[in-house]
Amino acid sequence: MKAFAALLERLVLTPARSTKLAVLKDWISTEPDPDRGIGLAALTGELSFAAAKAGLIRALAAERTDPVLFALSYDFVGDLAETVSLMWPAHEGTDAEGPSLAEVAATLASARKDALPGIVADWLDALDASSRFALLKLITGGMRVGVSARLVKVALAERYGKDIAEIEEAWPAVEPPYLAMFRWLEGAGPQPRSAEAPVFRPPMLANPLDEAELVGLDPARFRAEWKWDGIRVQLVATPAGTKLWSRGGEEIGQAFPEIVAAMEGLHAVLDGELLVMRDGVVAAFSELQQRLNRKAPGPKLLREHPAHVRLYDMLFEGAEDIRPLPFDARRARLEVWLARARPPRMDLSPLVPFTSWEELARIRAGAREAGIEGLMLKEAASPYVAGRPKGPWFKWKRDPLVIDAVLMYAQRGHGKRSSFYSDYTFGVWRGEELVPVGKAYSGFTDQELAWLDRWVRTNTTGRFGPVREVEKALVLEVAFDAAQRSARHRSGVALRFPRISRIRTDKPATEADRIETLLALIDRG
Amino acid sequence: MPPHPETWLKVTDAGLFCEPGGFFIDPLRAVDRAVITHGHSDHARPGHRAVLATPETLAIMTHRLGEGRAGESRQPLRYGETISADGVAITLRPAGHVLGSAQLVLEWRGARAVISGDYKTRPDPTCAAFEPVPCDVFVTEATFGLPVFRHPPAEAEIARLLSSLRVFPERTHVVGAYALGKTQRLIALLRAAGHHAPIYVHGALAPMNEVYRRFDIELGDLRPATVANREALKGAIVLAPPGAIQDRWARRLSDPVVCLASGWMRVRQRAKSRGVELPLVISDHADWDELNATLDAVGAPEVWVTHGAEEALIHAAGLRGIRGRALSLVGRGDEDEAVAEPPAGSAAPAAREAAEEDRSGSAAPAAREAAEEDRSGSAAPAAREAGEAQAP
Repeated sequence: MKAFAALLERLVLTPARSTKLAVLKDWISTEPDPDRGIGLAALTGELSFAAAKAGLIRALAAERTDPVLFALSYDFVGDLAETVSLMWPAHEGTDAEGPSLAEVAATLASARKDALPGIVADWLDALDASSRFALLKLITGGMRVGVSARLVKVALAERYGKDIAEIEEAWPAVEPPYLAMFRWLEGAGPQPRSAEAPVFRPPMLANPLDEAELVGLDPARFRAEWKWDGIRVQLVATPAGTKLWSRGGEEIGQAFPEIVAAMEGLHAVLDGELLVMRDGVVAAFSELQQRLNRKAPGPKLLREHPAHVRLYDMLFEGAEDIRPLPFDARRARLEVWLARARPPRMDLSPLVPFTSWEELARIRAGAREAGIEGLMLKEAASPYVAGRPKGPWFKWKRDPLVIDAVLMYAQRGHGKRSSFYSDYTFGVWRGEELVPVGKAYSGFTDQELAWLDRWVRTNTTGRFGPVREVEKALVLEVAFDAAQRSARHRSGVALRFPRISRIRTDKPATEADRIETLLALIDRG
Repeated sequence: MPPHPETWLKVTDAGLFCEPGGFFIDPLRAVDRAVITHGHSDHARPGHRAVLATPETLAIMTHRLGEGRAGESRQPLRYGETISADGVAITLRPAGHVLGSAQLVLEWRGARAVISGDYKTRPDPTCAAFEPVPCDVFVTEATFGLPVFRHPPAEAEIARLLSSLRVFPERTHVVGAYALGKTQRLIALLRAAGHHAPIYVHGALAPMNEVYRRFDIELGDLRPATVANREALKGAIVLAPPGAIQDRWARRLSDPVVCLASGWMRVRQRAKSRGVELPLVISDHADWDELNATLDAVGAPEVWVTHGAEEALIHAAGLRGIRGRALSLVGRGDEDEAVAEPPAGSAAPAAREAAEEDRSGSAAPAAREAAEEDRSGSAAPAAREAGEAQAP
């Protein structure tokens, strides 16, 4: 446990990607099996223990610490595992090596649920604060050490001189602690493969378009599609099973049983956008969000928020990997396949015909429907490549809308931002009162964040738990992608992707926008 | 019955005021008569007419504020000596915080209050050790008044610094430290750990070292840290103000390891957000255990908390039958992070809405994360998108 604690410590305190990679490669080179694989799985979020969750940690904390002191401490630290590891009443100077990762993993997977709290408490008693943190992170997941699954794979590729795509291909075929993969990487076995298993293939991602780049691009070489305002999904159906994957490789089939049912009997790997759709009309993202918020939707939600997938690419037809084919060829295969298979709850994302960038720009400017976020540009000749290659695919979002709103409340953020008031609730005028219309926690620079944090602290007029009410005096320019009607918000309006675009210290609060301005934006949509 | 200190020790806009004695304690603005517990700028402010403090604190104040501004009349009072101000007996006892730091023991008509100032109870080679004084009311700080703050032994933290120096002998170890107290304590601890190499000191920290030396605190070979001697700084320890460890000055040093010596470093996300690679949990303030042990040692039935995480300490005191009172003195401490807040139940409806919006979507974390990942991409300004696009 000590080595793993040291790994986490070094990763969390090292901002540089190159140093993080060096630390990971060192771990891969020096840590014995199976602990090295378990450690990597913990970092990539592939470890999950059904019986041991954050709730268990909270229960232990409640048993061993005073609830008031725990709540105050948690509010300050902003991270459950760190709070408990720091305030756990153990003797300082405890220096035990503690259980190995393998022992922890095996115990958590096999121990009876009612025995777990006692086992975990005994471990915590024997460890120092740093190892307690590592153990708790292992249990709760969500390491927040600035390491993505991708970075781990890059470290593996670099350490063993492999191409990153080979690692991505092998990854789904192995499970923690990845012994077969290490055998292959160390030249002692074949590359693990997963032809028939319904595994996730990393999707091809687009870069944001810098409009200045268009001049250098030949419109005839590109195809355009609508960028739908849903979430990207990968549908994998093979004789061995069906799975619905999110863009990040998380399985989300349970939340969308009607889509999983629609995949029954198919044999293909498809790329598309998950949407809520009624009578062929794409609903606003907020409606999809209600489905995303439910792990297992009830019949009412299923009826009223029906899910649908709008397909735009095909990775495998049957067992054939067609990713090396150019976009046009894959698209033709997808169209023919779709016309033949006619699966329910799926349709084709149409191409948007155009001949010049000017024409396409006009088309983009004219589209304000709720379900459309902008355009995608895809090179006709581009093969399907995992990751975000520079060049072949672009996303060309609609220009954001902006309003001037007044800062009303601020809340401390989490993780790295737990020391800062970084979540801002803002409002606009309705008559003489301000009504909150949204919450933003991005868009500002670190300097602006420090400035806003200071402003919040010096202009606090009330405190409500973690929330500070502030003087209604600061105007923020808020950018957002769309405004939608919402019964859930007091103002009746919900904003899509609101973010702080500017701090308007030059503008008095009385001159901020009114609710009528926002309502007009909805009606335009 | 002796008069309760509440009746003769008042909280005013300028700070604590002893009515029968006619003097303020660590006042926030210039007053006629002030007693100063120690030389930090949030306690020792300029412009008072008469100042009473330890000889060390007076020297520090004179050095920092200049002859004219450190009090027109300066009266030194040694630890353990007592003088009387209109019937109030004033005694100074060591607070263990920095050189010259004192607890103020006030006795009036048989009642005794102790104003501890800032303090720590663990040993510090650069100042006299804290002495608990039994009293009726104990006035305490609570800078680290949360149970997450438990400072490890300072010697162990120094050992980590020296071990990093051995692992990275080519890298300059820049340690952020406050000018008064922390800097000299770090130097003394390093010397005690056998590190006798020259220690390089940022210009802003150097003068206070001279004040310490005048009071016979041995600091060894100190040299000015300038970018001009970049080569000599390789593998050396450089002490700098906390604000300087991240600025351009520090970046020009040889592949610096950024360290910061502070009790806040116990929380790793705080270290991370300050860009600290090697956090050193060394503090001149009492940690949670010290605060609570001190309350027990002085045995006061009542404790007043000046600043910091009052709510947690008062709660913990209450569990042991000690009555607590938050003075909420303004202008104290470098941080107001630990300032406690009332429970969420009292929230106004709109504020609660703001708080809860965040927690509403709890299920299907996977998909939501995916949605949010997308959001962060789209939310970012053009610069960040460009950065993202460069990633392989």
